[in-house]
This record gives sequence, structure tokens and C-alpha cells, in this order.
Amino acid sequence: MVDFGGWDMPVDCCGLIAEHMAVRTGVGVFDVSHMGDIQFRGPGSLAAVQKLCINDASKLQVGQAQYSAMLYPNGTFVDDVVVHKLSDNDYLIVINAGTREKDVAWVRQVIGGMPGVHMNDYSDFYTQLAIQGPRAAETLQKLTSTDLSAIRNYWFTWGQVCGLPNVMIARTGYTGEDGFEIYIPSDEATSARVWNEVLEAGKEFGILPCGLGARNTLRLEAGMALYGHEISDTINVFEAGLGRYAKLDKGDFVGRDALVKIQADGGPRRKLVGLEMVERGIGRDGYPVFSLDGKRIGEITSGSPSPFLKKNIAMAYVPVEFGALDSEVAVEIRGQMVKARVVALPFYKRPKKST
Amino acid sequence: MAYPAAYRYTKEHEWIQIDGTTGTVGITDYAQDSLGDIVFVDLPKVGDAVEGGKTFGSVESVKAVSDLFAPASGTVTAINEALKDKPELINTDANTTWLIKITLANAQQTDGLLTAAEYEKFISEETGH
Repeated sequence: MVDFGGWDMPVDCCGLIAEHMAVRTGVGVFDVSHMGDIQFRGPGSLAAVQKLCINDASKLQVGQAQYSAMLYPNGTFVDDVVVHKLSDNDYLIVINAGTREKDVAWVRQVIGGMPGVHMNDYSDFYTQLAIQGPRAAETLQKLTSTDLSAIRNYWFTWGQVCGLPNVMIARTGYTGEDGFEIYIPSDEATSARVWNEVLEAGKEFGILPCGLGARNTLRLEAGMALYGHEISDTINVFEAGLGRYAKLDKGDFVGRDALVKIQADGGPRRKLVGLEMVERGIGRDGYPVFSLDGKRIGEITSGSPSPFLKKNIAMAYVPVEFGALDSEVAVEIRGQMVKARVVALPFYKRPKKST
Repeated sequence: MAYPAAYRYTKEHEWIQIDGTTGTVGITDYAQDSLGDIVFVDLPKVGDAVEGGKTFGSVESVKAVSDLFAPASGTVTAINEALKDKPELINTDANTTWLIKITLANAQQTDGLLTAAEYEKFISEETGH
């Protein structure tokens, strides 16, 4: 167990590689209750969400979610989030555990004084479980009468799960696989019971409980950002390659002016790239990246062996001129320069379902 | 986890099997269990000198890098080539998967090394079971 943003969490339960492979080939379950849940209620909710977040929440239908982010006025990240439209007057924003207090304070500050909206931090009310993998739907379907096949990717609904009424069932996740996140009451007895029922339901598919280690390698393969690594308060939206989520024409939001200026000035000077180690060695978080002629050009934000792809992969910020696909760079690993190659993100895309 | 009585151990969780002037070095079962799935081993070359108590390489799991500390001083005479492609052999059987063999600088040197019983006591104190 390790301390993760103040939470006591397992790095792994059964072995990182086994857990990772269970999610890629069968199903795995994560306790992600450490994530935060901010809810906006009232007729002014949409306006509040639109001011706070970069994506266009007015495009959401009830039951739909979108990846988004909150920015500082200079265009850098407060946090990345998933916005859920519960009703016209009701939005749920799921935020990171490590940034929860900061996010809540930020939200209060930004929307303070906005009419018709009330914000509540519901984080402690929910246990959140993520059931992920190609067999996730079959696993969860055993525990609910809600037709999961009717829930599209990044949509959600409410249904009875493990006998509990009104459980939010969202087709979202952080692994690059199909999967669901369910939000159940956070009392220990309920949480433990549902956890065990999920494990039982997934047994025939080889379900494993998964820890932070597998969570990290899965999202890395899927090219997904982690706050404090690929996104932070020193990185802007375009550098992170997330410009497509910033809807500059939706109206004003915090950070919009900075983004417009960055674009007008010719775009970001550095960008997030994928790296694959070419020579023997593992480039890890924080390792410096050099051009082949010996100039330090950046550093790895997240790097690790890839259990599914069986390569050593990393993401790193480099000046845009070094970011072309197949460019070669060097990663300094304990004093040695080890060659790596720029590759496309994401490293892994799940196979398309043949219907 | 069994710790062969014939070996000697370091507090950094390496073992050494001494046979005359030859020392065979590996990491303990406790070490492989703590590391998790081992994916990479970085070993010295044949002919390199290693110094007792100093690092001679590293072993990496998916999530972390761990230095290897030499249980004794000597010269490397062999490295386990199988670990280049199959580092996970260490997880399968840490007690018999050797990393390097050395010619000892001081034959039968066991100063500062723990017996199997002392090592077991040491790790039970470290982990609290």
C-alpha cells in the first residue's frame, strides 16, 4: 500500500503484469473512490460549467459525458475532468484525487457570485468502482437489469446494481478498454459487498482486482494524461495535445484568452510526444531527453515498460522541431544515453468491435 | 519463503554462495517478491571488478529500479545471459537464479554477511511479520 494524494492505496493486488493483462484481455476492477465528485445544481449550472471548463457542455444531452479540463487564466491546467450532464440543472464533474482540495477551492473561487448555481462536494458520498476490459460488460450485466448494450461510450444512466437502486452507471474509464464506472453509496458494508459481487461475477472471465501500478501502465499505453505528469500548472492545452477539447468558439471560459494568444503567436513551442526505446533500457518519469547531438531538449513525463506491447514506452515534452514521427532522440538512463524514437500516440488502441 | 542455509545474505537482499574462491550472487526471494514482475536486469561485464557494499548493477520491475549491491569484492567471471531475454526467471526462483559469478578478492570472506537465520530475522523485523 502507498500514499496516493492522502489515500492508502494498493500498488498491486496480484502482480502488475497479470492485472494489466486481465484488463486488456478479460476484465479487471479498480477501486477509484479516491476520485472527487463536484456537483452543480440550479438553472445557472450550465453557465458555471461553461465558464470553468474548456469543452462545450452545451452540446451534452442528459446522460452524456465529456472529457474536459479546468484552466488557469494563463491557459495551463488546474485539472482534467469528466463532465456529466445529469439534467438541465444538474452537472457532475469528476476530478482527480490528488487535486481535489485545490479543485474545490478553485471552483468556489471561479463560480462564486454566479447566479442560480450551487456547488457541492459529494466526493465522500460515493464509492466509485471501475470495471474495465473486453469482458467488463458481460461481468457487470450479471449484476444489473439495465441493458448495458444501450449505453454508448461516454454516456451514462441510472439503474439497479447489486440490488442498489439509482446507481449511476457510466461507460467511462482510464484504461483504453471498454468498461464502466459505477457510483455506489460509500458505506463500508455496501462497498465491500458490491466489490465482492463484482469479483464473483467476473471470475469466469479471469477478473483480477487491480491496483495503481496497472492503472498507470494501462493509461500510459492508451496515451492518457496524468495530472502532475502530462498536464500541470506549467503546461498549456496545446502543448499537451488536447486542443481539440478546447472549444474556443463556445464563448468565454477561464484561460480562453491565453489560448487564443498562443494560437495567434504561432502555437506551442513544445509538444507532448510518444517515445519508444530503441536501444536496451527503460526510460522512466523525469529522465532527461537529449537530441542525438547531445543537447538536452526535454524530459519524460511518464515512462515504463508496456506489459501488453512488450516495449519500453514513454511520453515526453520536446521542442516541436524534434517532434516529427520517427525522429530519434536519446534518453539519459543512469548516466548512459539510450536511443529512443518518436512514435504516434496513443501507443495502444483497443481493437474495434466487429458487429 | 525459504532461505538456503548454505548461502550468506546482505541487508540489501542479495545472497552469495561461496565455494572456495568463487562466489555466486543472486537476489533473495524477499527481494523479488517486493519488486514484483522483473522486466530488466543490468549486469556488469565479465572482467569488471565489483566492490563489497557497492553497486554492481540494477534490477528493474515495471514500476521501479533497484540497485544491486555486491556482497563481497572480486572480479566478474560470468554473468547469467539468460536474464537478458528472460529476467522474470528471478521471480520464478530467486534462490537458484544467479546473476553473476565472481572470483573473490578475499577467499571465504563472510564479514558483515548474514546467515540465513539472521537474514530471516532481519526481514521479519523490517516487515513486521
